[in-house]
Amino acid sequence: MSRLGTPFLDRNEHHPLEDYLRMDRIPHIWCPTCGLGTALNCMLHAIKKSGIPRQNIAVVSGIGCSGRAAGYVNLDSFHTTHGRAIPFATGLKLANPKLKVVLFSGDGDLIAIGGNHLIHAARRNIDLTVIGINNFNYAMTGGQFGPTTPEKARMTTAPYGSFEHPFNVPFLVDSCGATYVARWTALHVRHLTNSILEALHHKGFSFIEVISPCSTVYARRNRLGDGLDLLKYYHENSEIRNGINTRKCDITFQGRLIVGKFVDKEKPTYSDTMTKSLSEALGDRYVPYQGPMQGKNGD
Amino acid sequence: MKSNTPAVLTGAHYWDGDFACAEGAIAVGCRFFAGYPITPSTEVAERIALRFPLIGGVFVQMEDELGSMAAILGAAWAGTKSMTVTSGPGFSLMQENIGLGAMTETPCIVVNVQRGGPSTGLPTLTGQQDMMQARWGSHGDYEIIALSPSSPQECFDLTITCFNLSEKYRVPVLLMMDECVGHMTEKVVVPALGKIKVQHRRWYRGAKEKYRPYVPAKDGVPPMVKTGDDYRFHITGLTHDQRGYPVINPACQKQCVGRLVRKIKDNADKIIILKEEETEDADVIVVSYGISYRVATKAIADARKKGVKVGSLRLITVWPFPEKRIVELAKKTKCLVMPEINQGQVYLALERCAKGMCKTKLVPHYGGWVHDPNDILKAIIEGAR
Amino acid sequence: MKYWRKPLDTDRVKPPHGEVHIVIDRCKGCGFCITYCPRQVLEVSTHFNRKGYHPPTVVHPEACVNCGLCETICPDFAIWSTPVEEPEKQQKVTSEK
Ligand SMILES: Cc1ncc(C[n+]2csc(CCOP(=O)(O)OP(=O)(O)O)c2C)c(N)n1
Ligand code: SF4
Ligand code: SF4
Ligand code: SF4
Ligand SMILES: [Mg+2]
Repeated sequence: MSRLGTPFLDRNEHHPLEDYLRMDRIPHIWCPTCGLGTALNCMLHAIKKSGIPRQNIAVVSGIGCSGRAAGYVNLDSFHTTHGRAIPFATGLKLANPKLKVVLFSGDGDLIAIGGNHLIHAARRNIDLTVIGINNFNYAMTGGQFGPTTPEKARMTTAPYGSFEHPFNVPFLVDSCGATYVARWTALHVRHLTNSILEALHHKGFSFIEVISPCSTVYARRNRLGDGLDLLKYYHENSEIRNGINTRKCDITFQGRLIVGKFVDKEKPTYSDTMTKSLSEALGDRYVPYQGPMQGKNGD
Repeated sequence: MKSNTPAVLTGAHYWDGDFACAEGAIAVGCRFFAGYPITPSTEVAERIALRFPLIGGVFVQMEDELGSMAAILGAAWAGTKSMTVTSGPGFSLMQENIGLGAMTETPCIVVNVQRGGPSTGLPTLTGQQDMMQARWGSHGDYEIIALSPSSPQECFDLTITCFNLSEKYRVPVLLMMDECVGHMTEKVVVPALGKIKVQHRRWYRGAKEKYRPYVPAKDGVPPMVKTGDDYRFHITGLTHDQRGYPVINPACQKQCVGRLVRKIKDNADKIIILKEEETEDADVIVVSYGISYRVATKAIADARKKGVKVGSLRLITVWPFPEKRIVELAKKTKCLVMPEINQGQVYLALERCAKGMCKTKLVPHYGGWVHDPNDILKAIIEGAR
Repeated sequence: MKYWRKPLDTDRVKPPHGEVHIVIDRCKGCGFCITYCPRQVLEVSTHFNRKGYHPPTVVHPEACVNCGLCETICPDFAIWSTPVEEPEKQQKVTSEK
């Protein structure tokens, strides 16, 4: 028997992240060579490493292929509506400040339909960790162009190539006030995991853009091969430039990809400024929020 | 030492409906508010912004009503009583997430201080034109609860009732005020703290490992947990099974949506609050709600002076619609008259229930002001013939 | 701790060693692990798994340095590595306690 014919069989072993996954929902729905599983993998590794008590972590997603992530994590998790992951998470976080609220959602969800919430959450510096999956399109609906689709890429609603100017996402969130901004690709698993870990411990609005291969629609429509070919493109074209001015992070079709940690700064969060300003204004008349209702009060 | 301002301002006050609504929410334990300013509801938000820092609540002014609605759902799942307030245009923006609230069975309150529509319509003038939107505004089949106050006192009382119903049935509850009631100033009596009935959250009491988010109690409503207590639950707007996991097929749809519908329908008798006056041997019964009830009372008094036997049925709960009672009344009266500041919305439900057993008469109004009582009077007199 | 202070025994310092685990039927055959394993431990199997994909197979078990890259890059949670302690080293660690 050839060596190649005998794969290493190990059915009874347990994946190190099993406790963080809803194993009864695995395999997930994502396509072969899609990068979403990789990004989720990095997120869970970071959560595991963070040492944050698991019950204190909540995951919120919007709608889309990326948005399905919430359904796979063995944590308190919310699959909300298209575009509304950030405001839902805002309510969750402000009503229980002890929670570490992590968002995992797509470019369309966070930046198109949910764009207004994104810029305002960044402006307020709400303490949220956002993992924004940029697969350059609306994948779940079959591959339409979106706010991050590079010019010239062909999508179902841009059959002759997209001609809209895409967002430079790190620049967008940076200029709105995000206090932690990074971009990695699904190939940079160590950097990405580390960034998520840092963001989990960062106080304030953190945004990590993950350039992720969508094999089934983006790659196929643009004849770029499959997800593995896109990883190879990332490999050959990405340049780590930590601390670079986010203005310089534009992405062009199959062009150079600037990745790295761009912003990591301290700034009072929404809750900090609220508490400070109300204490100053009201003195000892100010009664800070006491947290959610306790179970024992119920019927 | 802290000079604490009490949460419940026991005593008699002169408040407008918007203020009374805010105070009702505070009194029943609402501690999270997210909203976006819109006339004629803004005073509620302003009052909350002023009061919450004194009583330990979180007020957040969101970037829009889509965000406000999503935020109160998030806060509810954090384990806090939450509300938002708006008017027509904002109510339209909230609809998708009201649906998420219904689907995920999230207790929360949406107050709509109605103004004239459609579109920007009459920002400062009254209307009752969002009543069908309250019932069917979000897509899909679902049941909702909507109450309508006729006075500032009721804005206070019914806000409390709304929260209690919402906790009991785990559904977003809508308080359908209108500009007139919202801006009307009257005496509002706030009872002592102990006298306010509070429905607490129906916390799950079983073993942690056994928790499934959508296993209903006897009345069809599942108990709830909150985020951060290590239940590791999943909530989705997709059709889901009792574990909360998405299951995309007709059988699960029937089970999932079926229970959302039944938990309200089967408990309708407990949810419906009506006020009846002299309906027993009435020839004509005026069915009304909100500000229109107050106008109708004048018409009813005038009609009685003219010797017409006229009764009144006020819908404090508009949705679910009191179908049973309307059928009973339709059997023994000549005519049901309904004034509404719209072109016939709740009237459609009335007509459907009367099923031709008696006459029904709509007294419509385009909005901007209340009815002329004489128009209602005319309908009463015609109905009595 | 003492180990780290001995600079001249490089001949005795072995790189970490790992054992690879693969849940064959969970694999969707993307090849990420195979392509990016820094030590070329893996190759595409000629076998089909139950889903009809070719999972990876371990061709150079001795080369695995337990870096965990395969584990983190796998979109399907199908592969991971666990450390294999050198027997000699293990003994020393235990005796140190
Ligand atoms: C209000 C609303 N509009 C449109 C849709 C349809 N829809 C579902 S997912 C999606 C796009 C998702 O794109 P993105 O957020 O980038 O996620 P991806 O699938 O690419 O991971 C759209 C438009 C929806 N569910 N809700
Ligand atoms: S359509 Fe694209 S983004 Fe969605 S699961 Fe498939 S490869 Fe991934
Ligand atoms: S742990 Fe590292 S060296 Fe070992 S197989 Fe995986 S990627 Fe290769
Ligand atoms: S990365 Fe995972 S899914 Fe892809 S080939 Fe390797 S084991 Fe299979
Ligand atoms: Mg996308």
